Amino acid sequence: MNYADRLENVAVLGAAGKMGSGIVLLTALEMADLSLDPQNKGRTFALNAIDVSSAALAGLTKYLRAQVLKTAEKKVNALRKAYESREELVENEEIIRQYVEDVVALIRPTTCLEAASEATLVFEAVNENPDLKVKLLSRIEAANAKKPWFLTNTSSIPIHELDEKVGLGGRIIGFHFYNPPAVQKLVEVIRAESTAPELADFAGQYAKRLRKTVVPSCDMAGFIGNGHFMRDALYGIAEVEKLCPEHGFVGAVYMVNRITQEFLVRPMGIFQLVDYVGLDVCQFILKVMNDRLPNAVLHSDLLDRLIGLGVKGGQFADGSQKDGFLKYEKGRPAGVYDPEKQVYVPIAEIAARADAKLGALPASAKPWKAVVGAPDRPAILEAFFKDLKSSQTMGAEMAVRYGRYSKAIGEGLVKDGVAATAEDVNTVLLTGFYHAYGPVNPYFD
Amino acid sequence: MTKPRRKVFMTAGYNTISLGTGRKEFNPKKPRPGLEEYIKEAGQGTLKQIGGGDKVDEGVIGNFMAARFNKQGHLNAFIPSVDESLRWKPCIRVEGACASGGLGLMTAVKSVLAETADVVLTIGVEVQNTVKAIYGADILGGAGWFRGERKKGHAYFFPAGFSDRAGVYFEKYGRERTRKAFARWYRNAVENARLCETAQEYHNTCPDLEALAMTEPNPKSFVDYLTVYDCSKVSDAAAAIAVVSEKGLERAGIPKAEAVEVLGWGQVEADLTLPPSDPTRLETTARAVEKALAMAGITAADLGTVECHDCFTISGVLSMEAIGLAKQGEGPDYILSGATSRTGAIPFNTNGGLIGWGHPTGGTGVRQAVTVWHQLTGKAGKWQVEIKPERPYGLSVNMGGNDKTVVAIVYRRAG
Repeated sequence: MNYADRLENVAVLGAAGKMGSGIVLLTALEMADLSLDPQNKGRTFALNAIDVSSAALAGLTKYLRAQVLKTAEKKVNALRKAYESREELVENEEIIRQYVEDVVALIRPTTCLEAASEATLVFEAVNENPDLKVKLLSRIEAANAKKPWFLTNTSSIPIHELDEKVGLGGRIIGFHFYNPPAVQKLVEVIRAESTAPELADFAGQYAKRLRKTVVPSCDMAGFIGNGHFMRDALYGIAEVEKLCPEHGFVGAVYMVNRITQEFLVRPMGIFQLVDYVGLDVCQFILKVMNDRLPNAVLHSDLLDRLIGLGVKGGQFADGSQKDGFLKYEKGRPAGVYDPEKQVYVPIAEIAARADAKLGALPASAKPWKAVVGAPDRPAILEAFFKDLKSSQTMGAEMAVRYGRYSKAIGEGLVKDGVAATAEDVNTVLLTGFYHAYGPVNPYFD
Repeated sequence: MTKPRRKVFMTAGYNTISLGTGRKEFNPKKPRPGLEEYIKEAGQGTLKQIGGGDKVDEGVIGNFMAARFNKQGHLNAFIPSVDESLRWKPCIRVEGACASGGLGLMTAVKSVLAETADVVLTIGVEVQNTVKAIYGADILGGAGWFRGERKKGHAYFFPAGFSDRAGVYFEKYGRERTRKAFARWYRNAVENARLCETAQEYHNTCPDLEALAMTEPNPKSFVDYLTVYDCSKVSDAAAAIAVVSEKGLERAGIPKAEAVEVLGWGQVEADLTLPPSDPTRLETTARAVEKALAMAGITAADLGTVECHDCFTISGVLSMEAIGLAKQGEGPDYILSGATSRTGAIPFNTNGGLIGWGHPTGGTGVRQAVTVWHQLTGKAGKWQVEIKPERPYGLSVNMGGNDKTVVAIVYRRAG
């Protein structure tokens, strides 16, 4: 079975979710391109987009139409060529419309898991819940006589564990997209020891065709991305707990969030990132890691407490941010949650006092956006962090400690064998998290 | 051409802002003025200078593709909306792709010569930001031969047509030098536009325009031999001017010093179904300019300023050769010598041309006439160039499609 054969009948589980919808989009585009290849004339490609929510599937179709249209508009040159033989399609608009129709036509939204029984390739992107994943994969495996290959989008669960529990005999590989899959360049590919080599080859080819940057991660819970992120976030939470007595909870969250964003030149503060991923998702991932990694305490009572209070973060169906640690107005943090009073305190009421405590940023500070776009990025960062290190302010000192801790996490991932090299860790943070620099760096030494 | 039976003048020109990317007030997500507003603004701009609509005998409007950009035909019936007194007067809409404006001017000139009118309000308009560029390319593709060329053509049909010309030119006369001339052309265009408040590039602040314009073409996302800096922009704009007889000038109370006389013209048509015989030449343009200069009894060396049809930088380069200012293959040298800059021997496109001022396709021909009128009558303000008494002539060249319809007009200040 060659690459195109494998993609002739695909099932995506959790198709209408945040990750699933992106996977459906990218895979459908790839399948459509295959179907337009004259070599594949007459073949029918089908993508079964499976989700428990019928309402969410309706939203998925809308999302896909809009996204495929955007993609088509960008690649009209290639599409004009692909539809060369269709005499009736002359103008860009006609060709673009036809392409959108062709892509959407191969997607079959359904709430029935049985739709996966003919699939030769199954993408799994359901909740980060090991039992749920095992249950669904087992049901498909039982009903599908085609011995399908499974690609799981898990961001933390060891692949070998899923392989063993479902009894796939190596027909599974970790293919972890970053959110949103259509935009993020990074894919962590996780091969279990048992993973079939042909499947690993396929995953490599598929990632390449999608023009993704692949970083291989060892099959250990959390992999590289969450291996760093979870520890980084727990450190932030521990810092909040330290600051709490003097500055109060909301002040402490504001301070740590600001340090991780502005002082460390990151695209967003650590609590904004936790909100973006979702507190509940973080809780799931921490549990997966905590249960499986020896000698590690990866748990947060604070997260449990906030989730208990209904503070979950994540995104609405339209992609806008739900409130979590922070409250958002037009996508920007506007308040901080106070679990005692169970209300959001406006940042305007917190900032002045907290900022005074943190002290001013060195004059060489530049926002993340300006730094990532600058051609002389390393020089800018070096100068800024040098100033930061010589700065005596509380903010600067906390930031330098944070930077060092982040580096230690990165080095720990290499030492534990999760990442093959420090460069792989840096690539994950640079491309998957959009950091301006990798955690393993000399800036804070 | 026999000598015209009477003199024809142009006066009271008006250009709206050329709206589109680059202008600070342009926001593709917000509502913008439509055809109606542009026609009204430009038309009223001219009427105000000639003392109102009751001075007008006829109306002409040049427009290319409102039927597709704006789903609106029958544009001549908008002319009476400019001023109540225009109702019940003869009005006509003319179309000849990007030379629609030029054809509008010729239609007006012929009405004056036919003595059916002494004052013709001539408007050119196009509102193109209604669709994304990729769909706009379909619409503009209508200036080519749809049945014969469109299917096998490029997504960006016209940029590709001129890119192909550039490719052959590179091959024949050298890529590097020609691209440098493109970059200089872009720089001159934007620098001129920065002086003119209505220009689309008026707000441009790029510190090194030539370096920017030397960006390598990306055939995957655009075309083989040109970049976006080699292209005129997508523009919404209108222009208006009064085409009048001597009697018309008197009626409007405008002194001759505030008018230009039309001394010669060339209106030339090529066959839409035939490819250019030599892609490195603008043959139709050359023929039109030759006719216009001959009729005016001058040579290219007598020109004081020129508005050429630089829909692309390559058209700018080829125009030098078509007008007769440079030999075949030497257009780039002429531009690189500085001769076309605003302080050069013959300042070209003094408020930016199609690349700097903007290119409201069907309106461009009228806009060019307005620009020449501004310069020759000393009304250009900050973008005024020096018009030397020994070379008092202005030339405008308005091209439709891939050098298919061309209107060239020679002007001189009337008094």
